[in-house]
Amino acid sequence: MTDLSMVVQDSWTEAGRHLRIIPRNIEVLIFATIQPIMFIVLFSYVFGGAITAPGFTNYDQFLMPGIFAQSLVFGSAFTGVGLAEDLSKGLVDRLRSLPMSRSAVLIGRTVSDLLRNIFTFTIMVVIAFAIGFRLEGSFAQATLATFVLLLFSYSLSWVQALIGLSVKSVEAANSAGFIWMFPLTFVSSAFVPPETMPGWLEAIANANPFTIVTNASRALYNGMPVGNDVWYSIGWSLALIAVFAGLATRKFGRSTSA
Amino acid sequence: MPEQLAVEARGLEKRFGETVALAGVDLEVPRGALYGLLGPNGAGKTTTVRVLTTLLRPDAGTARLDGIDVVAEPHRVRERIGLTGQYAAVEERLTARENIEYIARLFHLPRQEGRRRAGELLERFDLVDAADRVVKGFSGGMRRRLDIAMSLIARPSVLFLDEPTTGLDPRSRLAMWELIEELEHDGTTVLLTTQYLDEADRLADRIVVIDHGRVIEQGTADELKDRIGGDRITVSIARIENQAKALEVLRQRCNGPVDVEGDGRTFSGPIRTGDRVVPGVVRALDEVGVDVLDLDVRRPTLDDVFLTLTGRPVDAADDDSDGVTGAPLTKVTS
Repeated sequence: MTDLSMVVQDSWTEAGRHLRIIPRNIEVLIFATIQPIMFIVLFSYVFGGAITAPGFTNYDQFLMPGIFAQSLVFGSAFTGVGLAEDLSKGLVDRLRSLPMSRSAVLIGRTVSDLLRNIFTFTIMVVIAFAIGFRLEGSFAQATLATFVLLLFSYSLSWVQALIGLSVKSVEAANSAGFIWMFPLTFVSSAFVPPETMPGWLEAIANANPFTIVTNASRALYNGMPVGNDVWYSIGWSLALIAVFAGLATRKFGRSTSA
Repeated sequence: MPEQLAVEARGLEKRFGETVALAGVDLEVPRGALYGLLGPNGAGKTTTVRVLTTLLRPDAGTARLDGIDVVAEPHRVRERIGLTGQYAAVEERLTARENIEYIARLFHLPRQEGRRRAGELLERFDLVDAADRVVKGFSGGMRRRLDIAMSLIARPSVLFLDEPTTGLDPRSRLAMWELIEELEHDGTTVLLTTQYLDEADRLADRIVVIDHGRVIEQGTADELKDRIGGDRITVSIARIENQAKALEVLRQRCNGPVDVEGDGRTFSGPIRTGDRVVPGVVRALDEVGVDVLDLDVRRPTLDDVFLTLTGRPVDAADDDSDGVTGAPLTKVTS
């Protein structure tokens, strides 16, 4: 077997393991889906009246892409928690002692988490439409917007993979995986225009890759000019994957349960 | 020749920061043997297994498995080993059958072959009734059995069992011992680590005692016991007036210093194993008119061996860097 076909086959075996478990652990999926729905409803109805989004038809048109982006980013945390679980159960030691592709363990994990995120995302879109969100651009633009969001989420899965392999427990993976996501997603253009923030915070928000990704998908969903944000978003995602996939794979070769 | 050795390690060294885990471990395990790596927590047993199973790179030294270097060709080594770690490393939300088939796929066995092996192993490990149940509800003993079944999928040349009975209840332990004995009869080379002396005594062809990251002694259980002085005879006499006579007899018959206990009527000393010393002692004492109250010959236990070798009992761990969990079970007797 060539190296590449082994990577593909083993990654699929690993992804298959995770996907098979999802329906047996259905509460996890249900709550992972309820949370973004709650965000959609809460933000839309609670802040919708108070926040104006200049240039947009209404606040929902501004808000929804931000919530999509945030939920997908939060969804990446599954990767770290799942790996920490495998590590604590000793399963990682077993896998590392098998004649399989080592990167397949991480690829299988991140790909299955991506598929899970796509599922959650689909439900979110349906809810968003139900409360009045509309695509104001073309279908092709919406597809590109979705691709940009999913790619960014996938790239953060690799950051989470490194975190999950670096911490000593599942609980720590959970905290360490989530804690930085709040500033990442709130100090951004996701919920309010950064111009309304204090100057120094606005500068941070504008430099935040999450803002760039949000802006790119928001412009595309709303049929607005997007400038170079799509390219910057894809660039950021690919760079994160390149760096963190390398680091996580290296770490995987060394991590053990004890 | 190295070809005849299943495991061959020379001068393995490994340190974690300031802690020296292995300080030059040498180990040779011939094909088909069952070797026990015995030592307290933190002695370096698990680290040795991790190096041999390609999970850790040694800082120095070499290790070969079936003649293949574990550092140079880890992938080939992994094709030949089975590893059962201290945790039952199973996927809890899959069934027993799915767990085995899953690992079979990672060994790249054809799907049919994987199914067939899963069926065989489930039968052999008495898991047929539970085969299609999710592992989450399994007892500790069932998990370990499944864990070992998963290690045997690709018919490994060497099976590593890292503390296979830690945390098991006494009944499951006994069942696990029987299972391990069967594996040996099948010709699988087994390297077992344990901190339980009775386990090593019962299962291992040879025991390698490891402490502070070094092999300090090895041999069969009997050899180890002989090496610290063989059997000991203890005699209690009825009357203290006969102390001198009794002492004289024992000094003649024992092959080492005779101790007198505090009451002045009990004596003990080393004798050579299988020398038929006991009848001679009884007759001699009778001839000089000493009444014997009690006579006892005791084979040293591995506890005695361990105490002699390391200066502390086996369960007095320096630290728990081997990460052993679970309540300690009885560690005495032989």
